Amino acid sequence: MFTRIRSWGPPVLLIAPTLILLGIFVYGLIGAGVWTSLTDNVRGQTTGTVGLENYENLFNDDTFVYSLRNVAMYTGAFVAGTLFFGFLWAWLLERGARGEGIFRAVYLFPMAVSFVASGVVWRWLLNSNTGEQASGLNRLLDMVGLGFLQGQWWTHEGWGILAIAMPAIWQLSGYVMALFLAGFRGIPEELREAARVDGATEWQLYRHVLFPQLSPVALSAVIIIGHMSLKVFDLIMAVAGQTNYTTQVPGTQMWLKYTSGEWAEAAAIGTVLLLVVAVLIVPYLISTYRAERRR
Amino acid sequence: MKLRALIAGLSAVALAFTAGCGGDDGDDTKDVEVFTWWADGSEKAGLDALVAEFNKQHPDLNFVNGAVAGGAGSNAKNVLASRLQQQDPPSTFQAHAGAELLDYIEANQIQDISALYEEYGWNDVFPKDLIELLTVDGKIYSVPSNVHRANVVWANPEVLKKANIGEEPAKDLDEFIDQLEKLKKAGVDTPLSIATDWTQVHLLETVLIADLGPEKYIGLWDGSTKWDGPEVRKAIDHYATLLSYTNTDRQNLDWPDATKMVIDGKAAFNIMGDWAEAAFQEADKEWGKDYITYPVPGTDGVFDFLADSFTLPVGAKNEEGTKAWLQTVGSAEGQKAFNIKKGSIPARTDANPDDYGEYQKTAIESYKNDTIVPSLAHGAAASVKWSTAITEAVSSFSANKDKAKLIDALVKAAEDNQKKQ
Repeated sequence: MFTRIRSWGPPVLLIAPTLILLGIFVYGLIGAGVWTSLTDNVRGQTTGTVGLENYENLFNDDTFVYSLRNVAMYTGAFVAGTLFFGFLWAWLLERGARGEGIFRAVYLFPMAVSFVASGVVWRWLLNSNTGEQASGLNRLLDMVGLGFLQGQWWTHEGWGILAIAMPAIWQLSGYVMALFLAGFRGIPEELREAARVDGATEWQLYRHVLFPQLSPVALSAVIIIGHMSLKVFDLIMAVAGQTNYTTQVPGTQMWLKYTSGEWAEAAAIGTVLLLVVAVLIVPYLISTYRAERRR
Repeated sequence: MKLRALIAGLSAVALAFTAGCGGDDGDDTKDVEVFTWWADGSEKAGLDALVAEFNKQHPDLNFVNGAVAGGAGSNAKNVLASRLQQQDPPSTFQAHAGAELLDYIEANQIQDISALYEEYGWNDVFPKDLIELLTVDGKIYSVPSNVHRANVVWANPEVLKKANIGEEPAKDLDEFIDQLEKLKKAGVDTPLSIATDWTQVHLLETVLIADLGPEKYIGLWDGSTKWDGPEVRKAIDHYATLLSYTNTDRQNLDWPDATKMVIDGKAAFNIMGDWAEAAFQEADKEWGKDYITYPVPGTDGVFDFLADSFTLPVGAKNEEGTKAWLQTVGSAEGQKAFNIKKGSIPARTDANPDDYGEYQKTAIESYKNDTIVPSLAHGAAASVKWSTAITEAVSSFSANKDKAKLIDALVKAAEDNQKKQ
């Protein structure tokens, strides 16, 4: 008896503090959030549960549906953009561009800036004035003779959200580059040599040898960027402010509901957001878990 | 051995936590914690002056500054909401006078202070219209510290000259729109400057007052005026036309940017509350020469008011201290000290205009004589929830210019509000 406690006691004690903290502050609070979303909580006052009424209200609310559409577009653009630029830069550096260290730092550096700080600058860059009074990017486009490219940026009702993806891509591409670069470095030189000896063209080498080796890296990048993107809030608050319609996403909607005292609906938005992120993360966790079991 | 040390350590930490929570709950405290969002600029200067007056009137009490900065008060309101929820209210907190207080009243978080109004004779020194707007079911819950006027046009006479427009105000919105058209033809790119969502709500509210008149405008908030009636439709038409003469980068700007366009001569008009006065003063502009002001065309004789006020929360520690603070806020000396610094006007009508600046004198005069109506954009007319819904609708209109959709959203916002009550 005593020896058994001796064998599993210390490990349990060691993980107990984190388990308790996570249990209370993550899972406990998720539970509290879901529970709140089922009540009619207004500014802390509640008369009891109302079932799924808050969720019904949300999905009947045009603005919320619009915000879901926005976040889907934003995520698509953000993930595609960072993967494209990240891979491109990693590929260029991997091919032995001179001054690699400098370029690596240059591309990675935007990540060190907070979304709020860069958002303030991008707010100015993405000024929606055109023609004579243009400033920011529109002015720049005008000066280099590309005036026809001037746009309303994030104030456009249909595509506005994609303008917010620009700063996000600018900031996170370097990070994806670092991921890919590590991926490239992890591929043994012998594999390439073997492929070349077998007469593979450069394209075949990438297609059949390097890409398969890089796919786990790409998957990680999609998961990391994707879940960041679904939770976007700070960047939009800094660029467009909380009530701006064209850039509404679930994050800002949740804040607005909370500010106007609709705590239950805010909790419901939080729950929807959690579920959406879970749809992305859980399959990934399961697949890595299985992969580790196989090993 | 190590385990025992760990447990001892953990329990020490736990003890420290409980000790921390149990501290300073004494009832005989001399502290008065005043919760505001006045953290810098003229607002901070005003608060400091008010505190100096408070210390003079109540030397035995100790002022504790509970200001929370940022987000034009929205940060502070969220902090406050959670403190009230946890039954840990400050001694008193700042809130916009009027409908914004309803949320707190319904949640039973603030107390009726009509007795203080009796005791200090405030019923006679605050204007009747204002008292009526502050009264909910026969009770009054806050003391206004200062008053701002929202329906003010700020104009640059130099720019007006370009289109041969004199300094006399247009008599109604149609004439105002003619002036804007003339300015546009005379090559002024931005006849009317405007900024982000809430300033658009601000413009909309003044247009509503102009087209509905004060009575029907007040009716919008108690349900007696319909949001899809002909007057509101006319106002929306006017609003849409006015918006077409504004700067296209409105969503990118905040109010100081829009006001600065008038100061710099890039725009002819700006419709903004009279806190804009501070911006003109900072730029060393002279009232009546470098800039002129008048009520928004069609709202002459109406004072679109907003006010900050202080409350007595339920369960406040040191209730006597809170009452002392409220007494200072409502006193003639307190209002004078605060408002001269903040650039607003006192809520009391017995102020001496000579103590104030040129623009403020005109505001004090109108405040005394005009019909007072509550401002929407600044929390006097509608609850936070209602005004947020309207702000979202107006922001959406700025992007899609769909009048029918705007009216639908306004009607729905009013219905949602009815449902709650």
